[in-house]
Amino acid sequence: MAVRPEPFGALLYHFGTRRLTFLKDPMVLTVVRSLAEHPSARSACESAGMTARALPACERALATLASSQMIRERDGR
Amino acid sequence: MGSPLPLVEQFQRGLEAPICLTWELTYACNLSCVHCLSSSGRRDPRELTTAECKALIDEFERMQVFYVNIGGGEPTVRPDFWELVDYAVAHRVGVKFSTNGIRITPEVARRLTGSDYVDVQISLDGATEQVNDAVRGAGSYRTAVRAMSTLAAAGFGGFKLSVVVTRQNAGQLDDFAALADEYGAQLRLTRLRPAGRGADVWDELHPTSAQQRAVYDWLVAHGENVLTGDSFFHLAGYGRALPGLNLCGAGRVVCLVDPIGDVYACPFAIHESFLAGNVRGDGGFTRVWRESELFADLRRPQSGGACASCSAFDACRGGCMAAKFFTGLPLDGPDPECVLGHGEAALAAVGVAGGATLPRPSPDHSRPPRPPRQSSPVPVTIGRRRPPSRACDEDPLAGFVPRAG
Repeated sequence: MAVRPEPFGALLYHFGTRRLTFLKDPMVLTVVRSLAEHPSARSACESAGMTARALPACERALATLASSQMIRERDGR
Repeated sequence: MGSPLPLVEQFQRGLEAPICLTWELTYACNLSCVHCLSSSGRRDPRELTTAECKALIDEFERMQVFYVNIGGGEPTVRPDFWELVDYAVAHRVGVKFSTNGIRITPEVARRLTGSDYVDVQISLDGATEQVNDAVRGAGSYRTAVRAMSTLAAAGFGGFKLSVVVTRQNAGQLDDFAALADEYGAQLRLTRLRPAGRGADVWDELHPTSAQQRAVYDWLVAHGENVLTGDSFFHLAGYGRALPGLNLCGAGRVVCLVDPIGDVYACPFAIHESFLAGNVRGDGGFTRVWRESELFADLRRPQSGGACASCSAFDACRGGCMAAKFFTGLPLDGPDPECVLGHGEAALAAVGVAGGATLPRPSPDHSRPPRPPRQSSPVPVTIGRRRPPSRACDEDPLAGFVPRAG
């Protein structure tokens, strides 16, 4: 998967599925980029400074990304 | 949350790099399809060298162009084609290449199957030999089907079967879908454009309005299972938009690099009016994409012109720029295949205005028409062979003395 910053947010591309996805929310982008460094998605969200009110929308965005295999659960969990 | 502008409008203002870049590697082709968008046939002596192609791939990598659609011409006839594919993959630039299948051997198919970064698109414009070969030339149906069978046998799943929808094959969509299924391929349908040699045959080949409606209904019914490269966005005027971005991406999210490095706004607009620059210039492709005047102009908000007051304008955005241009219609008016019929009226008006000369697609690399075959002996005069003046003299004019007068 590759991430390309754009004026509106970012473009995500998965080389295996050949699918393109768009991320408009800069905070979700920060979360996606930092997922690997955090033990959980929630921790990545908190570290990005996301408020409790914004969490459900971010959860939905991450679920959509997971369903298109843009992000996936770490091996060994 | 949320950004100030809808995504589609953001796209219309241009991106840091194209989402989808078409790169035609050569004008050489073993076929002479009557509707060829790039008027291909003969190689151009100015085509980019292997080193220049690799430098361009380096640039795509730096710009994070995720993948390129490679076409031509027939790209696989370039002797360095597989070398360039390998180079792109090694630099994390995905490749989807369009081919008529001529070079898809079992060995090639096996090699391609191993990579996530390579996708293949086999072109076929008839679900039967008769319909296909009338457009793409004798033997082309068999070549394409053999290539599909070779890819399937090598285990290359999900390659694309790519069809340009014409008046002659619009009734064969179910047959195309069945053919794709048979070989484990995905069907891709695209719109016939009056570009390249297609301008000469558009009147005879473009679907009728009844066929266009049927194609739309078929696409709606098949949803995301059938790819369209966003090429039928003008049909959104019927009501529901088809899957995809539904916008003209020319110079905004797409562009074309031709075999000699010229950068055009889109693959259907090979004409000097849509030429933004050349990758050989200072700053290369990046500078053309980010700074060319033409692209800056295309990224400005467009006026709907004659279409602005139409109820369907928000859906179809006036249709395809190239289709309008090559049929002589103003760019801010209706598409020649406007689903509400405004295109027909506009075309009639242009025609009435005095047989307007249509812009000619340029450049033309078509092979010259073959001279009619001689059935009788060709009369020639064979000169008396003269021995060379010296044993080592290789000059063909050696010993030749021009006669005065």
